[in-house]
Amino acid sequence: MTIKTFEELKETCIKNNTEIWQTAQLQEAQIHDITVEEFRARVNKTLSAMKEAIKNGMESSVLTNGKMGGFDCAKQKEYYKNNPCIYGKLYEKILCYSLATSEENARMGRIAACPTAGACGIVPSVIISMGEIYNIDNEKLINSLIIAGITGQIISFKVKPSGATAGCQAECGSASAMAAAAMAYLFDCDTDKILNSSALALKNILGLTCDPVRGFVEVPCIKRNPFMALHAASAVEMAKAGIVSVIPIDDIVDAMEQTGALMSSDLKESSRAGLAKTKTAIVMEKACFTKKYYSALKE
Amino acid sequence: MNEASILDIISPVMVGPSSSHTAGAVRLGLIARNIHGENIKKVKIILYNSYAQTGEGHGTDKGLIAGLLGYKPDSTIIKDIFNSQDMVSLEYRFEFRENFAKHPNAVDFIFEDDNPMTISAQSIGGGEIKVCKINEFDVSLDGKFNSILIVMGDKLGAIAKITSIIQKYGANIATLNCDRKTRGQNASLVISLDNEISADAIEEIKKEISPHLIRYVKKLEY
Repeated sequence: MTIKTFEELKETCIKNNTEIWQTAQLQEAQIHDITVEEFRARVNKTLSAMKEAIKNGMESSVLTNGKMGGFDCAKQKEYYKNNPCIYGKLYEKILCYSLATSEENARMGRIAACPTAGACGIVPSVIISMGEIYNIDNEKLINSLIIAGITGQIISFKVKPSGATAGCQAECGSASAMAAAAMAYLFDCDTDKILNSSALALKNILGLTCDPVRGFVEVPCIKRNPFMALHAASAVEMAKAGIVSVIPIDDIVDAMEQTGALMSSDLKESSRAGLAKTKTAIVMEKACFTKKYYSALKE
Repeated sequence: MNEASILDIISPVMVGPSSSHTAGAVRLGLIARNIHGENIKKVKIILYNSYAQTGEGHGTDKGLIAGLLGYKPDSTIIKDIFNSQDMVSLEYRFEFRENFAKHPNAVDFIFEDDNPMTISAQSIGGGEIKVCKINEFDVSLDGKFNSILIVMGDKLGAIAKITSIIQKYGANIATLNCDRKTRGQNASLVISLDNEISADAIEEIKKEISPHLIRYVKKLEY
């Protein structure tokens, strides 16, 4: 039986005296009818793609598809050359790596969707930055990505990771909860604190809409990735201190499902409201957007 | 079987910018190619709702065409697919519609070649897809299994004959999904398999029940 809730995940870990990643990899190997080693090899493939996307993104300043971004990571890197990040090297890396990956995505570059392409910068920036700063070996990074994976999976049973279904809370929000779980694990937190990190991150993005300007995964998506990655880091800091989310994570997922259902479809990836229909966005749209896509819309 | 696994959540590795609008589009093109057959000459593609409104920005049009041509979601050629050599032999056109009775990310492939066929499908999030209609028949295909797709006359005992042939060829049935509009009319059948089945089995089913349409649809490997 597939684990459907975070409560079940915790109970299974207690019953079998396992950590979350062990519980998750056993279940996943069974689902795909492969060995645990084969499953870990596939996770490692994703991890490698994440590293490559960061590397490519850190070296590029090529304009994105929609020409609204692609130069910000380079700007941030340049700034840090002369102004060391006052919040420390970890903050700096998370910020730059998430920007790098998101920009690479918007250039139609190769990335790992985690859980979606629009949110692809969040989980990798946290895992790879932690790995580099604390010299963590690759096997442990794989464990952390598995933990991020089962966190996203359990959320997805109630809320599909798609802006068109439930808004950005389901994409960048889920990714932030996944990143928080991975990061908490890499800080050697126990199961309770890992789940609590995800809860704190997820609870504080409820209601986030998906209103991309001109329909591109660029504004606000690219800059939202570093915000959501650092949002995860804040959640982990609080969880490490013993701060507990009053509402447990399974309830928060229920709230996210309901919020997504109540959210107008105008704010769910259709670019019919919000940032996409601001004065500035409309001017940009008129200037750039190919008209043929709208003219044929109404039958 | 519409549930995401951990690997579904942390992948696919793909070219951006959108899992539902780019990678999902490539996978929709690929499964339409698996159903229709590789020899695609002329196709009309209708995009609905969010797919119609934000499709160009997300490279949905490029993704659908790349999939129809057999490219994987992580092929770096997708960005430049309209300039690729493969496009020479493919005649295509896009239409854009609003229909809120349909999924936000819905698409119809209307093949107008020697093998005419309409395939309605949707991108349901995170690159996952679902084929929901072939011609006028409701079906349910997610590309996660090798599947046998059959449209046939409503004949007594046909399903028993089909399943016994599948058994004879050593394949195990994972799910079986049947739809019939009214009694005596055509019925559609989607049989998902845990393993592969040989072309001989498909030929034998064809001989045994003379279906209007039979396809072995390979699962999407990526």
